[in-house]
Amino acid sequence: MDKLVSRLLLLAACSSAAILALIALFIFKEGVPIMARSGLGAFLLGRDWSPLQGQFGILPFIIGSLCITLGALLIGVPLGVACAVYLAEFSSPRWVNILKPAIELLAGIPSVVYGFLGVMWLAPLIRIRLGGPGLSILAASCVLAIMTLPTIVSISIDALQAVPKSYKQGSLALGATEWQTVWRVLFPAARAGILAGVILGMGRAIGETMAVIMISGNSTAIPHSALDSVRTLTANIAIEMGYATGEHRQALFATGVILFFFIMILNGAALRFARRKF
Amino acid sequence: MTTMIRTKATVSFFVLAIAISGSGSGCARKSENTITLAGSTAFQPFAEKLAEQYLETHTDVRVNVQGGGSAVGVQAALAGSAQIGMADLLTLPEEAKTLTPTVVARDGIALVVHPKNALAELSATQARSVFTGEINNWKDLGGADAPIRIISREEGSGTRRSFQELVLGDSKLSPNALFQNSNGTIREAVASNPDAIGYLSIGLVNDRVKSISYAGVVASNENVKNGTYPLARPIFLLTKGEQSPMVREFIDFVMADASQRVLEKEGLIPAK
Repeated sequence: MDKLVSRLLLLAACSSAAILALIALFIFKEGVPIMARSGLGAFLLGRDWSPLQGQFGILPFIIGSLCITLGALLIGVPLGVACAVYLAEFSSPRWVNILKPAIELLAGIPSVVYGFLGVMWLAPLIRIRLGGPGLSILAASCVLAIMTLPTIVSISIDALQAVPKSYKQGSLALGATEWQTVWRVLFPAARAGILAGVILGMGRAIGETMAVIMISGNSTAIPHSALDSVRTLTANIAIEMGYATGEHRQALFATGVILFFFIMILNGAALRFARRKF
Repeated sequence: MTTMIRTKATVSFFVLAIAISGSGSGCARKSENTITLAGSTAFQPFAEKLAEQYLETHTDVRVNVQGGGSAVGVQAALAGSAQIGMADLLTLPEEAKTLTPTVVARDGIALVVHPKNALAELSATQARSVFTGEINNWKDLGGADAPIRIISREEGSGTRRSFQELVLGDSKLSPNALFQNSNGTIREAVASNPDAIGYLSIGLVNDRVKSISYAGVVASNENVKNGTYPLARPIFLLTKGEQSPMVREFIDFVMADASQRVLEKEGLIPAK
């Protein structure tokens, strides 16, 4: 009986891996031929995306994805880590009980709602105050920063709380102030965990689609400033999938292949950091 | 030993999974009395409305309306996965030459700006220069000193293709254009930006945006009908080979006066 149950559970466990394998197989089967035909260099470094004229260069989208993700991290990481330090080390239990569920609730808001707020409120604000079209890298980064907060905060809190109490007590006993203890002892000790949280947040930012389509403007040009509009890899697939046939469709799958590699690299890095406790 | 069992289980699961995914495509069997329409998202809501009315008098038939876009409409009709393909294109692509097209309605394209924009009209040349990026400041058109923000549909959309042919010709859309992927989001993007210009179906223009004249003609269904407003595209129903009696009856229903009035009431221009 035990053996049967364990086999059944093994089957269940394998199913998710099998689905992943099938998805990868399918994306590669559809996407790789077009990359081979137009040349990997021309595909990755081409600046011109006009699928109906047979031009498939996705460099603007790679830059777009990287810029928006980097921007989201620049805003989200300081905010998220600061929040985690406060909740893990300084706050009274009462505040933890209010703040932590509130931050976790952020993760439950559908991304279309974030996108809608970005379009109606943030983009006009940026356009009027800072110039540019409003629908921009900056707008998308701000919204994605908020969307990555729950991931960064909750994993960072876990990492900080996993540091043995003796480290903190020892530091305080030696006369260090609380801030010195956090900065010099807890941070270095929890670094790996916090980094894992940041990388997982980054994965969320790079994979986000709906909100980004709504607030990044989806221009196919290479951006020159944070106020310019860009299109991300995910947005490119989602926007054009409905119409694409033939080579165009294959090019969108090829975009998916590149995205697949991005996510694999990020998750691989996150796993490495997460395993390296202290 | 355990490793071997494990490997076997994994392998057999993979085989099973592939077998299931492989048989998926074979499952799409068509019932004798189902009419499937697929394609243009611009015509989809109208087709659904007509299908609903058709079913009131034809209880023994099922009508299945799918979207996917004009390109999908052509492909589906060619491949036979839909008996009727829907496409809103100015000229049908080369591969659609073997299909039988029926024009069931026409749809105009209006140029729209923010309601606060004083601009009332663009000539054909001006419109082309604006959308190619040659004119990129409103002051060159007599407006305020502000950059022109072009908001376009994405490549492949039927509206975009028709707009390209009618307004841009061989010129390319400005690389700085922003993109929105539906008529509705174009309208919202233009409504929220005083510097924006975009284009969308005449039937979907409302008071959140201002429609401007093109080449001296006001964008209205009347002007499309009398042939003075040039920015319009036909909506095709495409069928492959000999039409079955069931399909012909449905197309006749769409072309009948009552159905054409319905299309007109909903904002399209009737075919006759």
